[in-house]
Amino acid sequence: MSSAAGTTKEPVAIVGIGQTRHVAARRDVSIAGLVREAAQRALQDAELTWQDIDAVVIGKAPDFFEGVMMPELYLADALGAVGKPLLRVHTAGSVGGSTALVAADLVAARVHRTVLTLAFEKQSESNAMWGLSLPVPFQQPLLAGAGGFFAPHVRAYMRRTGAPATVGSLVAYKDRRNALKNPYAHLHEHDLTLEKVQASPMLWDPVRYSETCPSSDGACAMVLTDRAGARRAPRPAAWVHGGAMRSEPTLFAGKDFVSPQAGKDCAAAVYRQAGITDPRREIDAVEMYVPFSWYEPMWLENLGFAAPGEGWKLTESGVTELDGDLPVNPSGGVLSANPIGASGMIRFAEAALQVRGQAGEHQVPGARRALGHAYGGGSQFFSMWVVGADAPGA
Amino acid sequence: MSATPGPAAGTPQVPDTPPAREIAVVAFAQSDHTRDSAEVSEAELLLPVLQDVLGQAGLRAGEIDFTCSGSSDYLAGRAFSFTMALDSVGAWPPIAESHVETDGAWALYEAWVKLLTGDAETALVYAYGKSSSGEVRDVLTRQLDPYYVAPLWPDSVALAALQAQALIDAGATDEAALAGVAARSRADAAANPHAQLTGPVPHGPYAVRPLHTGDCPPVTDGAAAVVLAAGDTARRLCDRPAWIRGMDHRTEAHGLGVRDLTDSPSARLAAERAGACERPVDTAELHAPFSSQEVILRRALRLDDAVRINPSGGALAANPMMATGLIRIGEAAQRIGRGDSRRALAHATSGPCLQQNLVAVLEGEPR
Repeated sequence: MSSAAGTTKEPVAIVGIGQTRHVAARRDVSIAGLVREAAQRALQDAELTWQDIDAVVIGKAPDFFEGVMMPELYLADALGAVGKPLLRVHTAGSVGGSTALVAADLVAARVHRTVLTLAFEKQSESNAMWGLSLPVPFQQPLLAGAGGFFAPHVRAYMRRTGAPATVGSLVAYKDRRNALKNPYAHLHEHDLTLEKVQASPMLWDPVRYSETCPSSDGACAMVLTDRAGARRAPRPAAWVHGGAMRSEPTLFAGKDFVSPQAGKDCAAAVYRQAGITDPRREIDAVEMYVPFSWYEPMWLENLGFAAPGEGWKLTESGVTELDGDLPVNPSGGVLSANPIGASGMIRFAEAALQVRGQAGEHQVPGARRALGHAYGGGSQFFSMWVVGADAPGA
Repeated sequence: MSATPGPAAGTPQVPDTPPAREIAVVAFAQSDHTRDSAEVSEAELLLPVLQDVLGQAGLRAGEIDFTCSGSSDYLAGRAFSFTMALDSVGAWPPIAESHVETDGAWALYEAWVKLLTGDAETALVYAYGKSSSGEVRDVLTRQLDPYYVAPLWPDSVALAALQAQALIDAGATDEAALAGVAARSRADAAANPHAQLTGPVPHGPYAVRPLHTGDCPPVTDGAAAVVLAAGDTARRLCDRPAWIRGMDHRTEAHGLGVRDLTDSPSARLAAERAGACERPVDTAELHAPFSSQEVILRRALRLDDAVRINPSGGALAANPMMATGLIRIGEAAQRIGRGDSRRALAHATSGPCLQQNLVAVLEGEPR
């Protein structure tokens, strides 16, 4: 990609983060109530008011999940957007990340100074699994939900790498234990054991029930601002050091579903922008989109944290534990809370919380740089950002 | 008021160094719009349009720095419908790409911002809609407040009629004037080879009083695409780029009961923010699916009789949902490219009764 000579982007700071307590069904609030809860928490964190917001960028996954077409129209009032620009993004499962990147561009381009970005899903309004199962003739009648789509690619990974069958359960057990330290996580399974994960029902071989993300209601919001906004912020800011999106087709001859090229390219672009040459050493915490346990070792390789075929060894040896040298999903990740449209933004926000030193009990000590990652569609849409505790170039 | 982007109204600060990047529409293509395209998929509908627009710009898909599209799953009747439309782009090797779940004019806005950051020199924007897949009047009711309004199924024509009646009650128009808007649009559309409804069209019986069938848009399947480029790249790709002097969009409240339906303050604010009021425009392409909405927009944007309105025929001649707004920008750019306009306003809308509005100001190279 070319770059314009003489054009300098405004550095982008994350100064407010808010999310809802993710649960199976928020029957106590409307869709508007859900998004407003997250937005107000982000504003409170930034100590700003609705009047300080210049524009709103909102994302969510398919509208069928709530049965509301283009819900940003109905949500304009709840998001304080009346009289302001309101932009709706939808890039499948990566949307939470993409939405944050579109918002960041508005600040980077100096179109706006302070932008509220938010993503949500209220999955209890419908049945997400069947919402993801397209009717004939759009898809072969073999797939039931996302698990049916991704399980064959997990099996391909296992065959390709010879990874032991237990690796998936290690990821699930780790993420669900991490979630106990995150008050916003959906699943708090205090009595879970590794044996229980390994004995849980098989859903889509080799993906077991306890290795599968839940279906959640939840929202996540962030306030992004420029340098002047960051100077006024009451708490430490996280800074965007790099951000990128990459897409490739759903199906084509030669597609590598195990390690898609779009994911590799996206990571390479983000690392280049952030000046990172050795991600394993230079990144202190990772929040990656792992809806099925095996995607942790798969993405470790795709994102350049491990050589091809070596990702599962990092997982197996404890490197990705909260106290390992590359903690992955300290928040508990998508395996512990999955409001689909919001899940990518939660990854981005949790990465920012880490470098702000505000992740609470699941804080990685001394985290200075963190990666937020999201993917969607048929492993074809990727969005990522690297955030740091220091302003870029500082 | 500034032609360059700035902070929202009411925010006193001005950015330290406003962006000074020139960005232009360098190519535009659209399908021949039809009532029903059942024989082709969305990807097949798009493919020739994308080939056309890239051919005009002399670019291959892989040479585009950023791609952004607009479409709606509810029109397609299935989740993630845009993922398969991506096949028409040929996103291999992987591309930097995004999608908005609304009219493609907002996809163009996202691409414009990407070019403003300096991270891209060129962008491909496309949009499509196949309203024939369902009953679009019923489908659009799903846009409404899901708790208090959508259960009543007030359809898009009924809501537009409510708005038209308010306009007539305010003394701003009458049924004869609305019929005149419709007739002028279809007469102009006769010169537009892509239009669906052209020439003398019977004004017909009431669809929903006071709107006659002639006041309403056709139900349309279609697609459109635009190539954007920055600075000297635009000059290299195009003899006469249509420079985007400013662009902005604003939303209003969703509840119809709290809005003055006879006015469009969000369109006016977007126009002001886009710099439309600094100098008069000679042409306006307004995304007004109903004749009455053209009247509202002309009043809100203070477009007098000297301004040529919708020379393409507008949405009353072809209304491929999710592409209609992008087509307004493309049509305005094309008139500038042909030398038929020096300064044009392009407008797009989304939501019931003009809830959300986008305005772009385009100009030819100063001569």
